[in-house]
Amino acid sequence: MSRLLNYLLLGALLLAMVASFRFLQIDFVGLISPDALEQMGDYAAGFLAPDLSRTYLEELGHGALQTLAMSAIGTLLAALAGLLLALPAAGRWGLVAEQAARLLLNALRAIPELVWAALMVLAAGLGPNAGTLALALHTAGVLGRLFAEALENTPAEPAEAVRLAGGGRVAAFVYGTLPGVWPQLLAYSLYRWENNIRMASVLGFVGAGGLGQMLYMSLSLFQHAQAASVILAMLLLVLAVDAFSAWSRQRWLSR
Amino acid sequence: VRDPAALPRLLLTLLALALLWPGLSLSELNLGALFEPGNARTMGQFLGDFWPPAHEADFLALLWRATLETLAIATAGMTLALLLALPAGLLASRALSLSALYRGGRPAWWGALLRWPVRGLLIVLRSVPEIVWALLFVRAVGLGPTAGVLAIAITYAGMLGKVYAEIFESVDGGPARALLGAGASRLAAFCYGVLPNAAGEMLSYSVYRWECAIRASVVMGFVGAGGLGQQMDLSMRMFAGEEVAAMLLVFLVLVLLADQLSRLLRSRLT
Repeated sequence: MSRLLNYLLLGALLLAMVASFRFLQIDFVGLISPDALEQMGDYAAGFLAPDLSRTYLEELGHGALQTLAMSAIGTLLAALAGLLLALPAAGRWGLVAEQAARLLLNALRAIPELVWAALMVLAAGLGPNAGTLALALHTAGVLGRLFAEALENTPAEPAEAVRLAGGGRVAAFVYGTLPGVWPQLLAYSLYRWENNIRMASVLGFVGAGGLGQMLYMSLSLFQHAQAASVILAMLLLVLAVDAFSAWSRQRWLSR
Repeated sequence: VRDPAALPRLLLTLLALALLWPGLSLSELNLGALFEPGNARTMGQFLGDFWPPAHEADFLALLWRATLETLAIATAGMTLALLLALPAGLLASRALSLSALYRGGRPAWWGALLRWPVRGLLIVLRSVPEIVWALLFVRAVGLGPTAGVLAIAITYAGMLGKVYAEIFESVDGGPARALLGAGASRLAAFCYGVLPNAAGEMLSYSVYRWECAIRASVVMGFVGAGGLGQQMDLSMRMFAGEEVAAMLLVFLVLVLLADQLSRLLRSRLT
């Protein structure tokens, strides 16, 4: 019986695949006709000679730095906002505040960075400012949830001890709770920063600054040599971040 | 009561701020821009239109079509990615190496040399973000779902190919080695020795990736690759708040349903 159901599910999956192609009516024959292939070849050939002139490399360096700055500032803002929202979301300020904070965190997290970026471009104008805000909003949702879980799982005794010794609520949090969760908060923030570097390099497609905006502009102007260098720069940035995070994980985490 | 560690902490904070200062100017962070009278008014109007979301009959028909298109882009892209990833995974994996049979599981150097170009190709395919592929394909084949399908096919082929190769290597190699040693062809050794053990994990990972592909296909629409994202981009440009609200709602429901379906499929098929 269960086996039959599995075959039915597999059949439904295959049917969904076929139906998708029928629905989209993609012209694969046209796509691989000699004419189209020649056009694609010409298009791809434009990317084979990246622009490596000194002035353009300087521009690329600036774009890469801007991407890094957007991701760093965005993550920092998100960590601050996330911590502020995590306190009510961990149930410290009553049930109503908890539910409201959780709803807000879920909403922030559910909308992808790029959609936030498109909204922020409308709200704050073109440029890296919009990208930074978009990263901050989405990441605040992600980090807020992770922070709230960390706060819930940390032992309450140190904070209680500070309270019993006559400390205020702020002192109890700063000296009782924070030292215990601090490494975890830092690890989560760094992990999201890594993600955000990757994300920041493409947010520019909707006008939010960084390397993405350079790529979008050069493709719009049919400057394929410049576009190729931007793609190379993105690739290098991603590979460098991957290598650095793998190295630092081995160096600092596994002992 | 004084904090004995106050001074070093203060200095550390100052140092961090000094390091972040150039970043602040590079990222042109300006929260005030949100509250400038002009910006705040248009944005307030835009957000004010969010409720009630648009629900005219012809808009709903358009929304339904766009949603189906998003689902179809993700599914068709995943199908192509599967077709590319299986052979690539087989080529990149050490699991079926003949030379490794007699060398304690380590392939000969020329075998490793032949595997590296495939692995390098897979790395490049998945390291360029899918939305960059989408943008490139939009310029090559025009606006519309074809670009989205091709972008998902390429990026996800890179991811699936790598993971498949690793799954082939991680399952028990005994059956495949026995078949190869008895003179079976490599394809037969794969089908009867590796696949039965690997199929569950492969299916589960592919279904999870399909879920990611739905989210990606919405996002890719913003550069013109069809589906819900393209409609959302158009509505945003026209400041049609009620349409954007309806599409965001549909997007959230779609992600939620895909999550549930993928969970159901994974629990049933593995």
